[in-house]
Amino acid sequence: MKFHKSELFGYGTLLTIGILGPLLFPAYTSQIAVLWIMVLFAQTWDAMGGQMGYNSLGNILFFGSGMYISAIVQIGLFYDVGVYTSAFGGDDAQFTSAQYYIGIFSGIGAAAVGSAILAASLGWVVFGLRGPYFAIGTLGMAIAAGELIGTWDWVGGGGGIALPVFPGSGDGKSQFFYWLCFLAAAMTFVFFRWLYTTRFGLAVNAIRDDEDKAEAMGLHTLRHKTVAWSISAFFLGISGALFGNMTGFIEPLEVAFPTITFGIFMVAMSLLGGKGTLWGPVLGAILFHVIKEATWTWFLGWQWIALGTIIIVNIVFFQQGIIGWMQEKWPEMFGIEVDSTAAEETTGRAGQ
Amino acid sequence: MTTLIEVENVSKSFGGVVANNKISISVPEGKITGLIGPNGSGKTTLFNSIVGYHPIDSGSIRFKGQEISKLRVQQIARLGMLRTFQQTRIYAKMNCVNNMLISVPHRNATFTDMFRPYSKENLERAEHMLEFVGLYQKRKLPSGDLSFGQQKLLEFAMALMNQPELLLLDEPTAGINPTLINGLIDRLKRANTEFGITLFVIEHNMRVVMNLADSIYCLAHGELLAHGTPDQIQNDQNVIDAYLGAH
Repeated sequence: MKFHKSELFGYGTLLTIGILGPLLFPAYTSQIAVLWIMVLFAQTWDAMGGQMGYNSLGNILFFGSGMYISAIVQIGLFYDVGVYTSAFGGDDAQFTSAQYYIGIFSGIGAAAVGSAILAASLGWVVFGLRGPYFAIGTLGMAIAAGELIGTWDWVGGGGGIALPVFPGSGDGKSQFFYWLCFLAAAMTFVFFRWLYTTRFGLAVNAIRDDEDKAEAMGLHTLRHKTVAWSISAFFLGISGALFGNMTGFIEPLEVAFPTITFGIFMVAMSLLGGKGTLWGPVLGAILFHVIKEATWTWFLGWQWIALGTIIIVNIVFFQQGIIGWMQEKWPEMFGIEVDSTAAEETTGRAGQ
Repeated sequence: MTTLIEVENVSKSFGGVVANNKISISVPEGKITGLIGPNGSGKTTLFNSIVGYHPIDSGSIRFKGQEISKLRVQQIARLGMLRTFQQTRIYAKMNCVNNMLISVPHRNATFTDMFRPYSKENLERAEHMLEFVGLYQKRKLPSGDLSFGQQKLLEFAMALMNQPELLLLDEPTAGINPTLINGLIDRLKRANTEFGITLFVIEHNMRVVMNLADSIYCLAHGELLAHGTPDQIQNDQNVIDAYLGAH
């Protein structure tokens, strides 16, 4: 693999934040852990919205499904889930260290695979929709999922589930989840970076540019769309499992399927950084998360207004996002060639 | 000589408008067949019916003997029959080479193929085809930056990259300047002779179609008006009245 200079700078920065962050600022460990979840959110959303041109407003569905699948596996391996949830945390349900770790790692695996399968099956339904209809259709699915889980007593209904308690200190817990979140985001990034170098990368770009043409050329469009969504769901499932366990308590509307917070953040972050680029979602997620945490800390009461302003400015004046703007300004840095002859012709004409 | 496409009594209406009324044509393998007619005579509708873009009301369409009128666009394309669009369609944000690479034949694409990189052969063929249409110098440019005529050439090259048996071209010379047209006619003929691709061409430029086609069908008002060699068509009184006008 060949690395560009600016890309090496990117990796250096990420590794520095990733490794030194929790060591230098131990008080912010869980905030930085959430930052990695945000990076994962933006990257998985961009695979659909940016690279493939399918703006999903319901990707949060797989965050929630991962959270619930993981919880069911973690509890179900050792107890009866229905009994556990009806006791709201279970008075005598105790997990040993070994049970906890076996549970959480099986849970994360099941969350990833389960969410990917869920995406593949839902894909058959929603990929008949395009453009704004796809966006609204997926949004509807995510909202419906939250409501459905809320009525399903076996998984605790609207009351939620208290997850197995981490067998160790509070610091130990935040360290444990920090490294898992960092690893999950890094894996997601490296995976998509590789994926975009394969035929798959060109195929989803072709679907974005002109899906009818891709169909007329015989491309397996549904296959590519389904796989793209399933891969996104795979990593979102992991993030859901991690976030649920980090929080310790999950319920459908605010934690598992937060369509109007995390569900919108993932879109806003990708747009801010520059959709359809590899590094845009990473940059967007970091900026967005830092601004969000800063406003929450120092301008409480104004935080939604600040975020709303960013989104509006981004959409109205700056649609290409930061990396997209840089690509237009310095295309050669990104390996994009410009038509120098056409440029000369234009300037020549202007000079006459 | 075998027949590649056999259209038999195909009708297609949009509401009360009968776009195609019991059209029967056949496209012989290895030849160049032309399709002409005034605007609104149903040429593009017939193309769309053949490639599965919309269902037909009645009749039958066969490709190499296989009934295809119930198949979907992608399935038909993978059989080896491609069409280009009247309004040129390319992948505007991708560069020319990538436009070519994504157009490799998908006939035998397996599930895991999508995770493979393109072979060196693919890349060489992509560049060779770009050279064939005269776009090699522009290969790294985003295709959306090309002029309309160049985009048409790119779309043609993409179609060749797909190695179809049959290519349906919807007005390949529309919007191309007269000097480029001669080059394009030459390339269409070479695609036919060198690559062995059967062509079925909608064309309004009479000089082009008379020069190019082995046989020509003429539509008017959704009905088949005439069929014959270019000479026969040029002297057919019905065609002159409906379309060509008196010289």
